[in-house]
Order: sequence, then C-alpha cells, then structure tokens
Amino acid sequence: MVTTEAAVHSFYDKVLAATPHGEQLRVCLECGNCSGICPFGYLMTYPPSRLIAMLRADRFNKVLETDTVWMCVSCFACTAVCPSKIPLTFGLMTSVKEELLLAGNVPAELQTALANSQRYGNPQGESPRKRADWAKDVKPQVTVMAQARRPVDVLWFVGDYASYHPRVQSATKALARVLNALGVDFGILGPDESSDGDSQRLAGERGLFEILAEKNGKAFSKYQFNKIITTDPHAYNAIKNEYPQLGISYSVQHYTEYLIERLDQLKSLLKREVKAKVTYHDPCYLGRANGIFDQPRALLEAIPGVELVEMAHNHTNSLCCGGGGGGMWLDGFQWEKAHVRMSEWRVREAMTAGANILAVACPYETPRFEDAVKSLNGGGRLIVKDIAELLAEAIG
Amino acid sequence: MNIVALFKLVPDLVEELEIDQSGTALNMDFLRLIINEFDDHAIEQAILLKERSGARVTVIGPNAEGADDVLYTAVAKGGDQLIKLMGGDSDAMVNNHAMARATAIVLKELQPDLILTGVQAHNDLDGSMGPLVAEYLGMPYVGYVSGVNVQNGRIVVRKEYPGGLIAEMEVDLPAVVGIQSAEQPPRYVTVNKVRQAMKTAAIEERPLPALDISGGAAIHRMFKPESATRAEMIDGSAEEVAARLLDIFKEIGAL
Repeated sequence: MVTTEAAVHSFYDKVLAATPHGEQLRVCLECGNCSGICPFGYLMTYPPSRLIAMLRADRFNKVLETDTVWMCVSCFACTAVCPSKIPLTFGLMTSVKEELLLAGNVPAELQTALANSQRYGNPQGESPRKRADWAKDVKPQVTVMAQARRPVDVLWFVGDYASYHPRVQSATKALARVLNALGVDFGILGPDESSDGDSQRLAGERGLFEILAEKNGKAFSKYQFNKIITTDPHAYNAIKNEYPQLGISYSVQHYTEYLIERLDQLKSLLKREVKAKVTYHDPCYLGRANGIFDQPRALLEAIPGVELVEMAHNHTNSLCCGGGGGGMWLDGFQWEKAHVRMSEWRVREAMTAGANILAVACPYETPRFEDAVKSLNGGGRLIVKDIAELLAEAIG
Repeated sequence: MNIVALFKLVPDLVEELEIDQSGTALNMDFLRLIINEFDDHAIEQAILLKERSGARVTVIGPNAEGADDVLYTAVAKGGDQLIKLMGGDSDAMVNNHAMARATAIVLKELQPDLILTGVQAHNDLDGSMGPLVAEYLGMPYVGYVSGVNVQNGRIVVRKEYPGGLIAEMEVDLPAVVGIQSAEQPPRYVTVNKVRQAMKTAAIEERPLPALDISGGAAIHRMFKPESATRAEMIDGSAEEVAARLLDIFKEIGAL
C-alpha cells in the first residue's frame, strides 16, 4: 500500500513528466477561473482548481473516490483562460482520468468505446473493412491507397465519425465533391486507417492512443503523398501535436485550412446562392486548441448569399458541443449527472443569434447539434450543416 | 478455492460471414474470432469471486487466433494461471462434445472447486459447453446464472428463469456453472496493464489428446437465411391495395 503522501507525489511527478510545462502546476494562483469557465464545472466535485487544491492538501485519494471528473469534455476552456498557463486539459484532467481508469472507476459506456477502439480501430465497433464504404457511390471513384498503388498529392485522413456515421457521411461525400471540383489529387487509407486516438487519449487511455498512433504511422509510411488533410479536428490535433512525439511526423492541415489556400479557384466554382443567415460554431480542437478561427469563417463568407452572424460565445470563448475528451461516449452518464446537454445550450445560442443555419467543421458536431435541435422547442427551424456541405451546395 | 473459467473463441459478427466451398462450414479466411460474450462474463464473475472471497483463478481456452489476447487480458484483470489447449482443428472447434471431453481431461488434473463458463455461444451446434463438461466430470451443473456467492464451502447462485423470475439455489462443490451475465459488466483494462501482463505472465500450453468427435453434429449443409416466395406484393393506389386486402381477408376467412 502506498502512503497518501507517496501517491500524491507520484501523481504530481506523473503529471509533471507527462506534460510539457507540467511544472506550471506548482504555480497555480487558485484564482478559480478554470472552474468558473468549465461548462460542467458546477457539477464536478473537484473542478480543476479544487483538484489542484486537493493535490496540495495531500488528499488526492479522495478524488479517486469520485466520478464527476468524467464530466470533463476536454474542451480546453480552462487551459485557455488560466493566467498561470497551466496545461490543465492535457496535463491535469487527462492524468486524473488515467488514474480513474487504472482504478477501474470508469463509466461502462466509455469502456465499450475503448474496447471497440482496441479491437476494431474505431470507437463505434464497426467493421474495419468497411471504413471506405462511404465512398462506394462517389463519382469519380475515390482513390483507396492500398488498391491504387500510386503516389497522391494529398492523403485525406477521414476519421471515425466521418467514415462511419450515417449523418456525417453526407458531409464526407460533400468534401469529396469539393476536392474533385478543385481537381485535387487525393487518396484515402480506407481499411488501413485507424482511429486517430486523440479522444481516447484525453479520456485517459494513453496506451491505446499509442497503439492507434503506431498503426496509423505504419499506414502513412506505406504510401507516398505530399501532405495529410483531415476532416476531423481531433485527428488534426493528434497528427499535428501528438504524433510527432512518437516519431510520426507529417505535415497536416484541417480541410478548412487546405481549402482557404485555394480560395480564388474555389470562389470561381461557388456559383449557386445559399441565401441564409449562417452562424459558425468553433470546434474546440480547431479553434481554442489550435488557433484556427478565420479560415472556416472566410470559407463561409465566400459562399454567395451567406450572411455570417456570430453567437454570444465565439472564437476562443466558444462553447463545446459536449463530444470531446470521451464525451462522445459518455452521453448517458453525463445526462444522469446534468439533465442537460451542452449541445442544447449551443443550439439555443444559434437560435438567439437569428441564424437559419448552424455551420460546423467537426464530425462530432453535426449529429450532436441535430439531436439538440430535435429536442428543443422551436429548434426545428435551425439547419445544421458542415461547411463542406454548404460549399458543395454552392458548387451545385 | 480454485476456480476455472473456460472460454471459447467464436466468429466475430461485426464482419460478414461467408460459407466456404464445401457448403458445410464458415470460410475461416474472412473470419475474425472473438471471445464468446458469455465466457467474458464467466471470467468477470470468477475475478469478482476472487476479489470478494479469495480464490485462485485459472483461465482456459483453445489455441486459436486471439486466444493470447484473451488470456493476457484475463491476467490483467486479476487471473492467476493461463492455459492454452494445443491441438484440435477448426472442425473440432465447432464440436463441443470433442472440446468438452478434451477439456475434462485437463480439468481432472487441476481439480477445481468451481468451473465457470458462458451459458451458451452463438456457434453452439451440439449443445453448450457447460453441461457437457459437467457430464464428463460427473459434476452438477446449473445454467443461466447471473450471480455467484461462496457460503460455507458451497455456492449460492442466482438462476434466471423466463418471465423475470430469479431463483437462489445452493450448489455443492465441485460444480459447473453456466454464466448468463456477471454481476457487473466485464471490466475494461487499459492497454498498458495488458502490455504489463504480457511481460510478466506465462501461458501454459497443454497438448490435447486425439479428439473424440462422437456425439457432435454432422453438418450436411450450411446456408444463409433464404427468402421465401410466399409473400404477395400488392401494387397500386391505396384504394386498390385496400380492396385487394379485403378480398384476401375474405378468402382466408378472416372477415
């Protein structure tokens, strides 16, 4: 049995060692900003600032007896607001989740997603062989690297939800149409692609993340391409910021970044008017975590007829859809604790902003916001679309 | 107390099943095997018993693709001893009589107090493993069990009946129990814990004697569900369809 003090120190050491700038944990001011800005902080027994206080008071064991840290959706809001620049999301919160997972204190629905990721390479438990099935009826035919056996300019890392989720597949097909219209030479990995693993990592399963990253690294190394683009901000974050630490280094862009570099060519294709008031939801892992705010907005403004309006929370201050850090697989657990959905808060904001269309750029969001629209009174008038879908519509 | 948990590996239904050229078996080339879900619950129940009442848990399974993963995962969960049964081909794997006879020989040597296994598997063609193993060992068997407790050298099991009825019954040991579900869902163990187990645990390989396949099912034909031709599709407008339906109801005497 480890003494309490030893457990505290080993946890401190663990966070310090595993996180760049982890030593910042020692300079917490206890200002409480993190717990205040946390969308579910009011439901946590130990929101970030209190977690740090518990560590300092030598009472971390108490934390391991609670389960409300699983309300954390790794939305990065606490990290963005911290005046001491403490890596709260990647360091503290993720490390606490790792400890809870080791202690077996983990909601059953999250276990299922992790077990599926381990076995099938995707959290949904779909057949890995069917990963490219969305592309079956796309014309011209989408290049699957293992079959084409030729170099491509752009390797498109499609991601789990963009590959398998029936609603998100329509956004995936739309992006394929946009890329084809631009004449991009692109290919996908299909069955060679595994989950990027980022949300699993942020849900505390570091070892699983490493296995998935290694599989993707192996797949990348089999083929020739100039750069990677991805539909999924979580994949973007993993490949850009985490994979290099495992020796897997590739240049990667989110599709909005990639398209903005071709804006002039794209503009000449956007012939059809999309007459709508559009508001844009900043995905946590595109905006707050990686600073991509302007490109998605510029794409929307390039569509004739679109009037862009902002919600109350925008840019760095954007509200999470509730899907990050394992939230995608904790809906039941979080509903039991909160009796509210984060996605509903966001949809209400979009309605208040007077938008007809809520535009998104992350595959977690379309189904989450559409579900919220269905469950909200008067929400039925709001349409949820991926930016790729709006672009494809404007191309006609 | 010595507890043995037995597991089978069965075709993973996430992938499409194909029938091989012989027309009597599944095409193994396109199959992935996965632990029989009920057996996963049997392992969980064994670990729960160990945590609650103290026990030594031995996990036994066939030598097939994926068996090592199941075994190392079981150790990461708290299992003590791992045994892989070597020999037997894919035909034998769908013959529970043969597997149960062979497993019984190993079990006689181990002399466990309690044997837990899944109550059924989706590829059982000739009855489930539990009752067959019990028969070959001359032990009592209780199936459809969703909870086990040790009490004064015996076990008390919760057995499920149709209609939501649950019976608690005492069973003398040694006994074989067919697990319907463990008291909690099988736990998730992290990849790092399983990797650790791979470094420290050893899988004992036990050769199986020549398999006696008598009593098993002889497969004459294996086929996917075929659509029958009895249904009549009624075309036309709603009125036409309704009129035709009325005629049919009258014809068969329903109206």
